[in-house]
Amino acid sequence: MPHDHPDHDDHLSPSGHPYRPDQDTGLSYWQVMEIATRELMIEKGVVTAGEVAAQVEAMDARSPAQGAAVVARAWTDPDFRERLLADGSAACAEMGFDVGPMRLIAVENDAATHNVVVCTLCSCYPRNLLGLPPDWYKSRAYRSRTVREPRKVLAEFGLDLPEDVTVRVHDSTADMRYLVVPARPAGTEGMDEVALADLVTRDSMIGVGIAKTP
Amino acid sequence: MADPHDGTEQGSARPFAPASSDPSRRWHDMGGTLAGPVPGDEHDFALWEKRVDALVILSGLKGVFTVDGLRRVLEDMGEEAFETMTYYERWVAALNQNHLEQGTYTVAELGAKMEEVRARGETYADAADAS
Amino acid sequence: MPLEPGTRVRVKTMTPPGHIRTPFYLRGKTGAVERVLGPFANPEELAYGQDGRALPLYRVRFRMADVWADATTPTDTIDAEIYAHWLEPA
Repeated sequence: MPHDHPDHDDHLSPSGHPYRPDQDTGLSYWQVMEIATRELMIEKGVVTAGEVAAQVEAMDARSPAQGAAVVARAWTDPDFRERLLADGSAACAEMGFDVGPMRLIAVENDAATHNVVVCTLCSCYPRNLLGLPPDWYKSRAYRSRTVREPRKVLAEFGLDLPEDVTVRVHDSTADMRYLVVPARPAGTEGMDEVALADLVTRDSMIGVGIAKTP
Repeated sequence: MADPHDGTEQGSARPFAPASSDPSRRWHDMGGTLAGPVPGDEHDFALWEKRVDALVILSGLKGVFTVDGLRRVLEDMGEEAFETMTYYERWVAALNQNHLEQGTYTVAELGAKMEEVRARGETYADAADAS
Repeated sequence: MPLEPGTRVRVKTMTPPGHIRTPFYLRGKTGAVERVLGPFANPEELAYGQDGRALPLYRVRFRMADVWADATTPTDTIDAEIYAHWLEPA
């Protein structure tokens, strides 16, 4: 079952996934193409090696923790919450997160509404805020079924929603990217922003999960 | 039929069918089609894959081609590529195709460069570090 | 003039080949404008190296029952972004 991973397993990377071999296995045709394309782009003056390294580093630095910080701020600061729902990109920029050329729309879960995000045409994802998407987000099963039987898909993630909760599916077909603001769990009244951010999982910001309870 | 997918779409006389059997529907446009359970496996990306990602983003920032150009090639590569190649294998093919189309380099330059890269060693580390 | 939120719209049923961001499963379906997003450059032109004319982009909300005949939860919704040239009055 796809789930957010704990981050304390020795065999997992900081983002919670097992590492992939690449440096010590046979050189593949596509790896050769990557090296060749990159070196030609550099030789032709399109990019510099430094820009490529910086871009890799920037992507490595992005993680669901950024989104979690945004959600925790929205839970504790009503004015920020309003700004986030009105203009997601601008609100994230306030916190120092540049969500890139695509515009971010934040959608909020409450007692009556549950939001879930998919991209049926490819795998659009708020990568500049949350990092790269999980594999299952790019799978045929998730892309095809979420717009057709969202409740069954959510049930596979362990989320069974009552019938009186309206499910809103967001198909990222164009220039918007979506962040789900999960409902703040009960029993968190005294908690500060940093502690609250720990409750916000990646899956809860895609909408296939809910925030953890303390 | 017990299969809940096997209905008829509203506003259409056609029975519901997988994307690939209908020429007016392209394979990648898969919303609502048949599929099994959502897979649970996840993995982190290798350095060469992260570099492919970076090169695509930088190509857009430098105005060489947009993400739409990338997607066009990925779609034109077809369903078989989607099923048999990994995500970043498809991306590097589409990245390269767009650069060839935009004239960043020629096929001959690419061919020579790929031979040069391959001659550097047997592993990605050997071939990537020799530059 | 961009459409107002709440306006009922139908997605055109065209099926040209090429790079298109209007999902097949929504073509011919009727929904309501949820919000106006535009203008954004047309991806159908950007994909082929053209500049891409700017078009209004809309978030359109569809009821499940208006998309799938066999919808078991008819009032659940799907929101999708659709460029103006794919929409007609419903």
